[in-house]
Amino acid sequence: MIVRISTEDQYRLPNDDAERLNELDNAAVAAIEADDEDRFHAVFEEMLNLVRTDGHKLGDDELEESDVILPPPDLSFTEAHHEFSGDGLIPD
Amino acid sequence: MPGLGGRMSTVIKAKINKMLDKAEDPSETLEYSYAKQMELLQNVKKGIADVVTAKKRLQLQQQKLEQQVVKLDTQARQALSAGNEELARVALERKQFAQTELQTLDQQVVELEQQQQGLIDKEQKLRSKLEQFRTKKEVIKAQYSAAEAQVKISEAATGVGEEMADVGLAMQRAVDKTEGMRARASAMDELEAAGAFDDNLTLTAGQDDIDRQLAALTSGSQVDDDLAKMKAELGQGSEPSPALEEGKPADQQAQGGQP
Repeated sequence: MIVRISTEDQYRLPNDDAERLNELDNAAVAAIEADDEDRFHAVFEEMLNLVRTDGHKLGDDELEESDVILPPPDLSFTEAHHEFSGDGLIPD
Repeated sequence: MPGLGGRMSTVIKAKINKMLDKAEDPSETLEYSYAKQMELLQNVKKGIADVVTAKKRLQLQQQKLEQQVVKLDTQARQALSAGNEELARVALERKQFAQTELQTLDQQVVELEQQQQGLIDKEQKLRSKLEQFRTKKEVIKAQYSAAEAQVKISEAATGVGEEMADVGLAMQRAVDKTEGMRARASAMDELEAAGAFDDNLTLTAGQDDIDRQLAALTSGSQVDDDLAKMKAELGQGSEPSPALEEGKPADQQAQGGQP
């Protein structure tokens, strides 16, 4: 599967990582809902690490659509909140 | 992606898709909107130039502040030698403020450097992806039936389109960050213009608005510590005593109490 870290790069990951990524994604959403900033950053960082260490960057000659797009690595907690209230990083 | 139904990624993905959907046929859009692609690349170039300008301005401020820190330290020492503790305190407050500002600036310059490099990389990547797309399209047309080719070209176009959307996002974030720093830099310039760091320390000591603001901005205990250290170095009063740690101001220690 192909995962993009917004503003960074696209990575090709083993399909097996999908489940772990999904768990982390849910944990990140839960942290945001619980307003737990530290937890959110920890989980989000783990997500990014998983993609960067397990994945291989796509070459410039590969024109692929991503299966998953993660927010930019420098996402703030406030921005993470906004992601779920309608006016996200990319305006509607 | 089946199985990956997390909200965070799907929200972002849905939004990027929505941007791409605006183009009815991505391959057509990419093929015919060469001008649009060039415009995006131009914008990225401009974005990089803005970041560089902002960085230079911050670096200039850094230099000025570094000089100020040295100067204010000297002024504080001179004031203390002359027995004007109040003036020394004002100078130290300003020095501490300048030092705090300096730390923030250092951080911001590093951040801007990262932004700059990020944008340069992104521009390069987009450029080569666009080139690839042009080449690939011709190859696909030659190798596949018209219907198959259409599908494959569309897929490749979506890949490039996503890259374009991502470059747009990276640029927006760089611009937002730069704007924020610019506002802060302007505020610093105003403070300087208002005389926070000028030579007229003696005329304004402890009396004007600037000093009240600076006193509020700087941590009093740090200034007390500096003052105590300076006194010790100048051979005035005693070494910082345990009472200091209990939060008793240094001047009361050394000179037996002031209002």
